[in-house]
Amino acid sequence: MEHYNMNLTLKVWRQKNAQDKGGFETYQVKDISSEMSFLEMFDVLNEQLINEGKEPITFDHDCREGICGACSMHINGQAHGPWAQTTTCQLHMRAYKDGDTIVVEPWRAKAFPVIKDLMVDRRAFDRIIQAGGYISVDTGNAQDANNLPINKDKADESFAAAACIGCGACVASCKNSSAMLFLSAKVAHLALLPQGEPERMSRVTNMVDQMDKEGFGSCTNTEACEAECPKGISVQNIRRLNSEYIRSVFSGDDK
Amino acid sequence: MPLNSKIPAGQMAQKWTDYKDHCKLVNPANKRNIEVIIVGTGLAGASAAASLGEMGYKVKAFCFQDSARRAHSIAAQGGINAAKNYQNDGDSTFRLFYDTIKGGDYRAREANVHRLAEVSANIIDQCVAQGVPFAREYGGLLSNRSFGGTQVQRTFYAAGQTGQQLLIGAYQALERQIALGNVTMYDRHEMLDIVKIDGKARGIIARDLVSGKLERHFGHAVLLASGGYGNVFYLSTNAMGSNVTAAWKAHKKGAYFGNPCYTQIHPTCIPVSGDHQSKLTLMSESLRNDGRIWVPKKQNDTRKAKDIPEDERDYYLERRYPAFGNLVPRDVASRAAKERCDAGYGVGTSKQAVFLDFAAAIERYGRIECNKQGDHNPALDKAITLGKEVVKEKYGNLFDMYEKITGENPYEMPMRIYPAVHYTMGGIWVDYELMTTVPGLYALGEANFSDHGANRLGASALMQGLADGYFVIPYTIGNYLADDIRTKAIPTDHPEFVKAEQEVADRINKLMSIQGTESVESMHKRLGKIMWEKCGMARNAKGLQEAITEIQALRKEFWSNVRIPGSADGMNTELDKANRVADFIELGELMCKDALNREESCGGHFREESQTDEGEAKRDDEKFMYVSAWEYKDISNWELHKEALDYEIMHPTQRSYK
Ligand code: SF4
Ligand code: FES
Repeated sequence: MEHYNMNLTLKVWRQKNAQDKGGFETYQVKDISSEMSFLEMFDVLNEQLINEGKEPITFDHDCREGICGACSMHINGQAHGPWAQTTTCQLHMRAYKDGDTIVVEPWRAKAFPVIKDLMVDRRAFDRIIQAGGYISVDTGNAQDANNLPINKDKADESFAAAACIGCGACVASCKNSSAMLFLSAKVAHLALLPQGEPERMSRVTNMVDQMDKEGFGSCTNTEACEAECPKGISVQNIRRLNSEYIRSVFSGDDK
Repeated sequence: MPLNSKIPAGQMAQKWTDYKDHCKLVNPANKRNIEVIIVGTGLAGASAAASLGEMGYKVKAFCFQDSARRAHSIAAQGGINAAKNYQNDGDSTFRLFYDTIKGGDYRAREANVHRLAEVSANIIDQCVAQGVPFAREYGGLLSNRSFGGTQVQRTFYAAGQTGQQLLIGAYQALERQIALGNVTMYDRHEMLDIVKIDGKARGIIARDLVSGKLERHFGHAVLLASGGYGNVFYLSTNAMGSNVTAAWKAHKKGAYFGNPCYTQIHPTCIPVSGDHQSKLTLMSESLRNDGRIWVPKKQNDTRKAKDIPEDERDYYLERRYPAFGNLVPRDVASRAAKERCDAGYGVGTSKQAVFLDFAAAIERYGRIECNKQGDHNPALDKAITLGKEVVKEKYGNLFDMYEKITGENPYEMPMRIYPAVHYTMGGIWVDYELMTTVPGLYALGEANFSDHGANRLGASALMQGLADGYFVIPYTIGNYLADDIRTKAIPTDHPEFVKAEQEVADRINKLMSIQGTESVESMHKRLGKIMWEKCGMARNAKGLQEAITEIQALRKEFWSNVRIPGSADGMNTELDKANRVADFIELGELMCKDALNREESCGGHFREESQTDEGEAKRDDEKFMYVSAWEYKDISNWELHKEALDYEIMHPTQRSYK
């Protein structure tokens, strides 16, 4: 792989706190190596700002390996930037060339209020999980794990849904700010397993109710979420959720 | 204070059962009046919070991330060990115990490790019941793979995302307790001090990282599940926010620090690419099931891997350790890589890398697939194509991650890897009940020192975190709290709370007032460089002494020249970092001091002065068969206490994987 250096213009959303109106600031960064990650480029910019006596840009990040779901930048109009199935932290600068201008914004959604600069509050996701995204089993009550054989394909499908990292890119990419992909991934993860069966009905309705309460929009099947999801969560899950929901509503099962 | 590890009497295999049969219990009505604070929501913290909430305690859980689900346990890739013997390959509780003690180079406490092996099987049952989607075979049963330092297949996994799936399981259990009102969650909060009243831990001071406000929280007991301190090296596989602050505050309030110098350098990480690097990425140990590690036989060989013929390659692990081959423990594999690179056989532009090669595995798997299709004499191309599919199913996410970072395709050319800081076996000293030397203060998971001795075996961190949280603390905490049922919640205007909060506020004000010229990040990098060079993979007395002097100087510089922009009233990520780096600097000094004191090599701690003729770590059981437990006295001043390790079952020998 050939490496190169580049100079870039960055337009970054700055906002002091939730109350502040916020706006774009323009910065120049020089000699950025194509080997850097996108967040390392931000580290360079922040170091530059600190040296100039300015406040660095606040953004969420932690694992920097695409698994914790903390990083969340909207880059040139795309959640997590241009690479498919890639989080912001795993995007590398070889995606850009010398002289590029990059516009960076926070996730935009009513249910994800901005805390500062590029950092948003995604606790609505936790509350959706609290509404039913679990199997009610207390510690110490489990039978031997192999007493419950599970069809491998079902287990694999469940795992693929459970790979969601809760980043919120699906919401940020949706013109309605719907959380359907996130929610459906959790519903599918649990509904595909026999352990999830007893609470299957109540889970889906309670979680959907909570999603509505949080102010996420409704799903109109534009599928932008799937295209931007860094973990390849499939919209098939939304179809599954819809059928689970209908089944729950029409079965009259206790919720 | 003399150390009392409170190991129950009796036969090793009976200790835990006897303990559980006789420890004190707290009745349900009393549990409702007892508050427990838990700092950290990784595997240990989330499982403890969920379990204690289910039991009826009033729990307050804290994490610095925006959600409990982001704790760094999420990044664990390879798997979790359990003595299930599902593969019928001769595994047992005893063997897991044995492998862990031996893997830890005879520096772990037997009774704790035995308990860990005993509860390991329950963990898998619990996780499956929660809906953790582990890998399965076509018959529907759970699948296993091998990890380093063992000769059985006891590792359960979910592709290369086992930590994620286990944490999501624990997180969901925790969220359920939050919904039920048994746990109150404080996210984006950082613990900045322990509050002690009459010698007991009674609460914490935490900073709300969004508002910047300091808060006082009371608890009848405080549990630290705040993870490890690998970020003292700046570059590590830890998450950016992973820090020692909670543990360090506890240490300064009287909790002894156990074996601080025991650091795990993981052999298979993506090499450093430049000065800009902010963290290192692990390539799971599970890859060593199928990947072969090699370097060219010729020094400074600049040919591409594929141009180097088979007989000019040195598969040095297979050569040196035929019994375990590529699956030797981490410390052994890391040192062997360093040895080859130092001797001039390294590859890549930096020459600080070795190859991890999947070509043989791809071909082998491909031929098996062809056989399945009835093609017993397939063309090589066909075998390779099918073999790639198999490897993709096993390790696809890791291969993708490698390609994203390096821009190279590991299906076509071998990975380049090099050791990097990954885990810290050392941590807060705890007794058998996981209580620190401060009554009512506990440490769980990576934050404590107890189970891995001087080297942790792969797939054991997840096991320990969940063992502590689901199966140990729910019993042991009752034994303490049963005597505390008459203690009413202490109001947080108690003078000790006021004083602790004032101290935290003073320190923050001091940090903000320095207004120097160097960023926190830059000073953290300097600390990391000292630590890596002088207290890293190989250590010697001279280097460690130098490091101590350099760290002391750095500490002074930090407190007079650090620059933190902005203010303390509100979100200020530079201030958060400064608080953490200030603690890392103090810890770094203690690590070097501990490494200097331990004039032997054991596990991940390699003193150049103490090695065998073949360059293997040489222990000195006569002099160092003890846990170093350091008591904080004052800045740069610690007193060493020794907990002797008495082996009842195991017979420490020179560890051999040949
Ligand atoms: S579904 Fe995809 S985009 Fe949405 S939160 Fe999960 S991982 Fe992120
Ligand atoms: S920082 Fe963890 S996913 Fe990006």
